[in-house]
Order: sequence, then structure tokens, then C-alpha cells
Amino acid sequence: METITSIKPLLAVLVSLLVTPMLISSRSPNVREGWTFVAAIIKLAIVASMVPVILQGTEIVYTVAEVFPGVAIKFKVDAFGMLFALVSSTLWIVTTIYSIGYMRGLNEHSQTRYFCFFAIALSATVGVAFSANLFTLYLFYEMLSFATYPLVAHHQDQEARSSGRKYLLYIVGASIGLVLPAMMICYNLTGTLEFSKQGIFTGTEPNATMLVLLLMLVLGFAKAGIMPFHSWLPAAMVAPTPVSALLHAVAVVKVGAFSVLRVLTGVFGIDLLARLNLGIVICYLAAFTVITASLIALSQDGLKRRLAFSTIGQLSYIVLGVALLSPKGMIGGMTHIAMHAFGKITLFFCAGAIFVATGKKNISEMVGIGRRMPITMVAFFIGSLSVIGLPPTGGFFSKWYLVQGTIQADQWPMLVVLLTSSLLNAAYFFPIVYKAFFCTPEEAMFEDRIEEAPIWCVVPLVITAAGSIALFFYPTLFLKLAELATR
Amino acid sequence: MSQQYPVLIVIVPLLSAFAISIAGWVNKRLCFPIIVTALGVAVYASVGLLLTVLEKGVVIYHLGGWPPPVGIAYYVDHLNGLVLVVVSLVALLNVIACKKSIELEFPDKAAPFYTLYILMVTGLLGIVVTGDAFNLYVLLEIAALTGYGLLAMGEERAPLSTLNYLYMGTIGACFYLLGVGYLYIVTGSLNMVDIARLLPPLYQSKAVLAAFIICMVGVWLKMAFFPLHAWLPNAYTHAPSAASSLIAPLVTKVMVYVMIRLILTVFTPEFAFATLALNNVVVWLAVIAIVMGAILALAERNLKKMLTFIIVAEVGYMVGGAWLGNRAGMTGAILHIVNDALMTLCVFLVVGNIVYKVKGYAFEDLQGLFRKMPFTMGAFVVGAMSIIGVPPTCGFFSKWYLILGALQAGHYGFVAALIFSSLVSVVLFFRIFEICYYEPFSDHHGHDHPPEPMDEAPLLMVVPLLIVAVILILVGLYTGDIVNHVIKFAIPEGLV
Repeated sequence: METITSIKPLLAVLVSLLVTPMLISSRSPNVREGWTFVAAIIKLAIVASMVPVILQGTEIVYTVAEVFPGVAIKFKVDAFGMLFALVSSTLWIVTTIYSIGYMRGLNEHSQTRYFCFFAIALSATVGVAFSANLFTLYLFYEMLSFATYPLVAHHQDQEARSSGRKYLLYIVGASIGLVLPAMMICYNLTGTLEFSKQGIFTGTEPNATMLVLLLMLVLGFAKAGIMPFHSWLPAAMVAPTPVSALLHAVAVVKVGAFSVLRVLTGVFGIDLLARLNLGIVICYLAAFTVITASLIALSQDGLKRRLAFSTIGQLSYIVLGVALLSPKGMIGGMTHIAMHAFGKITLFFCAGAIFVATGKKNISEMVGIGRRMPITMVAFFIGSLSVIGLPPTGGFFSKWYLVQGTIQADQWPMLVVLLTSSLLNAAYFFPIVYKAFFCTPEEAMFEDRIEEAPIWCVVPLVITAAGSIALFFYPTLFLKLAELATR
Repeated sequence: MSQQYPVLIVIVPLLSAFAISIAGWVNKRLCFPIIVTALGVAVYASVGLLLTVLEKGVVIYHLGGWPPPVGIAYYVDHLNGLVLVVVSLVALLNVIACKKSIELEFPDKAAPFYTLYILMVTGLLGIVVTGDAFNLYVLLEIAALTGYGLLAMGEERAPLSTLNYLYMGTIGACFYLLGVGYLYIVTGSLNMVDIARLLPPLYQSKAVLAAFIICMVGVWLKMAFFPLHAWLPNAYTHAPSAASSLIAPLVTKVMVYVMIRLILTVFTPEFAFATLALNNVVVWLAVIAIVMGAILALAERNLKKMLTFIIVAEVGYMVGGAWLGNRAGMTGAILHIVNDALMTLCVFLVVGNIVYKVKGYAFEDLQGLFRKMPFTMGAFVVGAMSIIGVPPTCGFFSKWYLILGALQAGHYGFVAALIFSSLVSVVLFFRIFEICYYEPFSDHHGHDHPPEPMDEAPLLMVVPLLIVAVILILVGLYTGDIVNHVIKFAIPEGLV
């Protein structure tokens, strides 16, 4: 594979980090948000400028400093990393628009702090996407964990504190307690942590340690929400909704899934996993999470909590797809990062818009809301179609590939799991939409008068809903990137 | 002049001590420029010395031109070259950062304070630079006696806790002296290189064995290696801020340096690790030190005292790393001397700033600090991350080498202790962050709640602190260079 050296990946990571002093020193909120937009657009531009090179099958590398023999802080942009970076930097712009509407609409405190840590979190996310080795990935993973904490705990009340504790306990506890030692053991065994197709264990005799290491790494990246390390995510829903939308539906949780995928494809390598028959272990872990999370979601009345459990299930789709170890399954898993991102962020935006406009958080209080907020609820419907995996939305493609992947891998039980889960997804989303529009006048809880959330809230959710549909008609870019990544 | 660097490092601070005490009678405001200049020269000389060592190898300086074994020789290699830079730099940054709090806490006694301060630094620098085992004891006592003076100037209870330290410290120094005495009886020399040359045929001798063990126990006492730590927490907690942020980063680290110097240069790693076969026991002691330090820190409801127990745990890191008996562990221990000195300085300076503004360091005093003192707290977060061991702060990198060394030695207990201590540190620091961030709780979401005004410490306190915080990250990023160009050569090639 051809590689070229360029400082672009480093710049893409740093741009949102370097803007934080501007954010802090800005005198008015408009200037501050202006800087956020500048950073977000430059970031997307840098990331996008690398796309053509990546599509030609070239990789971009940049080494910052060698810190240990054989281990450097090093960036490598490949197709998979590009896919993820592209999704998160695109959605950052949309989320910034939404944040303005939401935070000002609710007159939230400490908005400067909020935008600063958001920018830092995005730096870390792109850093994870472009990491060339496990060490660099760990560095940015931890940076993201700590940058997200003040966002989760934004409200600074008792509830935020206990959720923040839970968040740290799971995320940092697992990464220091499991990933760090596993990484050290890998380094001690092989002397390298560089991601590669063959994995880092070439030349090492496979043994029982492998299974232990695999489990430590897969479960240790707790942001992926694989059970039993999932319950931080519903707790983190106390955060302001834009945080839940971008970080807990896209950036943070997918950094988890992304890291797990890197472990499977880059640290162990598909060949080794197939040879040792370890993929199936991960498959069953993920499948269990998919079904259980969907069942729990059914019983949640808080809209954001229901979405959170849905996210837990959908994240395991990604892991499941790759753990099938079949090419189609891997394409499905990787594109699901993009497709689910657009769908789920729309749903969260809708939840936030409802909260801003009406102050309602629970599904049982949303009967008839479609008459009050028709645009929002149509977008909600499109988002749920995408998450369920129905046309005409992008989610259809990833599910399609995932299903094909199970057939290709000859894993019939997994096919059943996927189809059951789709039914369950429909079962927990459609009643919300149905009740929003179709209810008797006595049931309706809202006056028959259109009153949407502020325009800054509505535009982003229309954009992402339109994006979900656009991805159905033009999925080529993400499919191409995923295909390149599986090659 | 560059040949005179080794002696300048000690002489300039020593003579400036007289200048400061005289200046104190003439004009008090002269004291601060003098001490800063003296420490600046020390930093300059030690950086120059390190560069010379990197370029030309070991530097040996005969004091007064008297060759050993009659005269005293200063012996500087990569190991103490590095430690010298750290000690002088920490002393300089600390005195600048603490000027305001010294003026506040001792309006009349600033001159004696500065005098004791610079004498203590002289002692510490001397311990590091000397190549003579007995001279080391003399300087050890200089550092210790001035240290007692500095610590005792603190709160009401400071004299009592310092007296406790004085007893224990004196016993430790006596042990060390006794060990050196044994070595002198056996070899007839006090020069470290000379002793190292004469010792190998005598390794079977019981006297040599006794000398080694007595020296080690003495040094452990002085560095507060669990369970010999009991003097440390109270002595450091009740001390004035400026004294604790000098002594806490440096004294224990310098004693770890002495331990490593004894193992690597005076004795040989083969003798310490292979012949004695004690290392497994010592590493287990270190495991206990780390675990107990962490648990005792958890029990504290007082920021400064909590930090002192973290020092006890960190000493366990370094002793354990050094005694793993392999290259990675030793690298981790030496790197941790540097890193721990810097991060301890960082967190103790933070305490200094808090005390300056809030007049207290109990947990209840810390409410709302993120809003009141955002820059101080920013530096505190960096220091805490380093102690927890989050990359790219430097604390992660020494922990990496320590864990690697433990894995290579097959000592999984030590690996578990390090991970455990990281996890406990997360709890320790986030417990404080929570108080500073959430409390006092507002009734509802903090809307329409007038934010408390910012009330940051003076610029002269905040800027050095922020410099230290940046250094923590830079040292982390340049770990590769530090290890490849300095520490690699500090460890004998025989140690694999």
C-alpha cells in the first residue's frame, strides 16, 4: 500500500484544540460561536481534502514523536479512519447550529465552558480516527473521556454528579483497569502496537492469553457500550441534548465502537481471529447486547433514555458486523457508523427540540405532539426509519450488508438476531410517531396550533433527516470507503 | 568556567546564604533577587553540566585540587546530571511562585526563611553532585537540619510534627553513616568509585552485606518508604506552603536517587539483585507501600494531607521499579524521579495558591474553586492527570516503564498495584474536582444565579504554576529523547 507523509492529520486534530483560547477570550457569545464555526469548517475542509487521496487507496501518515522504542505518537489516515472522521466533523457543524438554538433557547449557564469542551472532544474524536497505533488511540480515547466529563455534568446538580460518577467509573475504570494492562502485555509480547492487516501477533504462538487480551480490549473500550459495560450511557443522558446528540450518539460511543473495530482488525487481525475462532465469542457478546438493549428500550418512558438504549443496541450491530469476519459483514458494520450517526442524531435533535419547545421529556406526555410540531415529528419518523433500517433511508444499506454478512459467514443465529432486533426497533419507535399524529381529540395533550422550537433547533434536524434520505440515494462515498477498508 | 560547573552548583547557593542573611538586615527586598540569581546560576550550571556529560561523558571534579581518596571528588554522570537539573529547576520555580506567600506568611522572617531555603537547596544539590560517601552524609545533614527549620515555621502543630520527623530523620541518617563506616572499615576508602573498585572481592563478607542493608534501611527511612513513612504526612501538612512545595517534591526524590546511586555505582546491580536475591521481597514491600499509600490517602478529608499520602505511594513506585532488577524497571524509577518531582511541585504549588486565597486546604474550603480560581485549577487538573497517569502528561510514561519492567520480571503483584493506584488516584482527584465543581449546590440548574466572581491568585504565583503544568506535558512528549539520550546511559550495560 502506498503511503504519503503529510501534516494534515495533525492539523485536523489540532484545529479545534487551538480554537479554545479564542472561545475563552471571546467577549460576546456571537463571536464565540463564530470561532466555533470557523474551527468546525476548517476541520471539515482539512478532513475532506484528504478524501480523494484516500479513495485512490493511498494512506497518509505523520509521526509526531517517538515515545517508546517502536511506539510513537503517530497518525495514519486510512479509509476506515476517514469514514469516521468525515461523519463526526460533518455532524459537528450541524450540532453547533443546534447547540446555539438549544443552549440559548433554554438560557443555559456556562456556555463558554460548554463550547470549549465540545471543541476538545472533537479534537480527541478525530485523533482516535486517525491513530496509527494502539498507544495513540489510547491517548485520544482518554482525552475524550475527560473532556466529556464536564459536558455530562453540565448542570452541576446532584443528579449530574451521580451520573458523572457513573460515567467515570465505567469509562475510565475500564480503560485504566483493562485496556492499559492489556496494551502493556501486547507490547511486552510483540514489541509493537502498530495497527496492521495481519495484526501485531505475527510470529507469536497463539495461546490462551489471546482470548483474555481480546476480551480485555473489547470490553475495556467501554464507550462501545457492550454489556455489561453499558449503563453509563443512559446515565449520561442528564447532559444537555446537543451533547447526547453528537457525543452520545455519534462521537463518544462510536469512538468506542471504532476502537473495538481497530482492535479486531488492526491488533488481532481478521486472519488470526478466524484461525482461533475468536470472532464468534465477540459475536455472541454483541448479539446479547443487541437483543437485551432493545428489550430494555421498549420499557423506557423517558425519550432520551429510550434513545440511549437503542444506541447501545445499534453500537453492537457495528461490532457484530465486523466480528462476523465476512467481507460483507465488515462493510455493513463500518457503514453502520455513518448511517446510524445520521439517523440517531436526528432523533436526539428532535428530543431536544421537543424539550425546548414544550419542556416534555417523557414519551407518555407526547401524545398528539405531531400537530404542534409537525416538522420535528416528520424528521423523527425519518430518523427512526433509518435506525430500524428501512428504505428510503441510509440505514437500509448497512442493515442490508449486515444481513448479507451473516449469510456469507454462515451464521444463521446472527441473522435471526438482526431481524428480531429490527422488529423490536420498530416496536419501540413507531408507537411514538403513531401517537404523535393519530390520536383522538380527547387524548391530545397539545393545542391544535403549530409552534415549533426555535429555528436554530429546527434547521439542523431537517438537515440531518434530509441527510439520512440522501444517504439512501447516494451511499457511494461511505460504501466505497468501507470497501477499501475491508480490502 | 565550564570546568567549574560541579562546584559552582554547590558554592554559589552556599555563599549566597550568607549574602541573604546579611541583606536581610540592610534591606529585606534584596533577599529575593539574590536567591533568584543564586538559583538561576545553579540551574544554568546544572544544565551546562548535563550538556557536557551528554557530549563528553562522566565529569569528575577534585575539590580544591586534592585527588581522592584524600580529597573529595564530585562525580557527575548521566544519572545525577539529570537529577541536578530537576532539583535546581524545581527550587527556582518554587521560590518565584512562593514569593507572595512567603511575604504573607512571614512578614518579618522572610530573610531567615530564604536563608534556610537556599541552604537546604545547597544540601540537596550537594547530595546529588558528590562522589564521596561521607560527604554525602554531611550534605544530607545540612539538607535535613535546614529542612526541619523550614517545616517547623508552619502552623501551630508544625514544631511537634517536625520534632517527630527530626527523630526519624536522624535515625535514618545515622543508619546511613553506620553503613558508610562499615564500608570504610572494609575498604579503607570513602570515594564511591574507589569503593566500587575495591568491593567485588569482598562481596562474600558479612560486613559488606550489613553495610548495604543498613545503608538501605537508612535511606528508606529518609524517603518515607512504607512502613517507615509515619513522620512524613504530618510534617509536610503543617509546614508553610513555600516549604512544603520545596521539600515534598525534592527530599524523597533525592533520597531515591541516593538509593539508586548506591545500587548502581557503589555496589553493583549483580550484588544487589543477583547475589542477595532480596529484590522480590523489596518489590513486595513496594507493593504494600503503594496500596497502603493509596488507601490512607482515601481516608483523608484534607487536600494537603491527602497529597502527602500520594507521595508515600509514589515512593513505592520508585523503590519497586528500581528493585525489579531489570532495565525497564530502573528506567521507570529514574524517569519517575524527574516526573514525580515535577508533578508533586505542581500540586503543592496549587495548594499554596489555594491557601493564599482561601486560607485553608480542608475539603470544605475548596467549594466553587473552578469558578474562583480557574487557572490554578487548570494546572491542578494537569497535575492530577499526571499522577493518575493519563497520556500525554509525563506521569503516564514513567508508569509505562514501571509496568513494562514488572511484566518482564514476571512480577504481576507490582503491575496490579500500579493499576490499582491509578484507579484510586482517579477517585481521589475527582472527589476533589467534584467539590470544586458542584458545590455549593444551587437550587435549580444555576440559571439566573449570579456566578461567583473570579478571585485568582496573583500573577506571580499563577504564571510559574502554569509553566510547571506545561512542563509536565512537554516532558511527557519528549520522554523518548530523555530516555534515549540520558537515562539509557545512566544504567550500566550489565543490567538487561
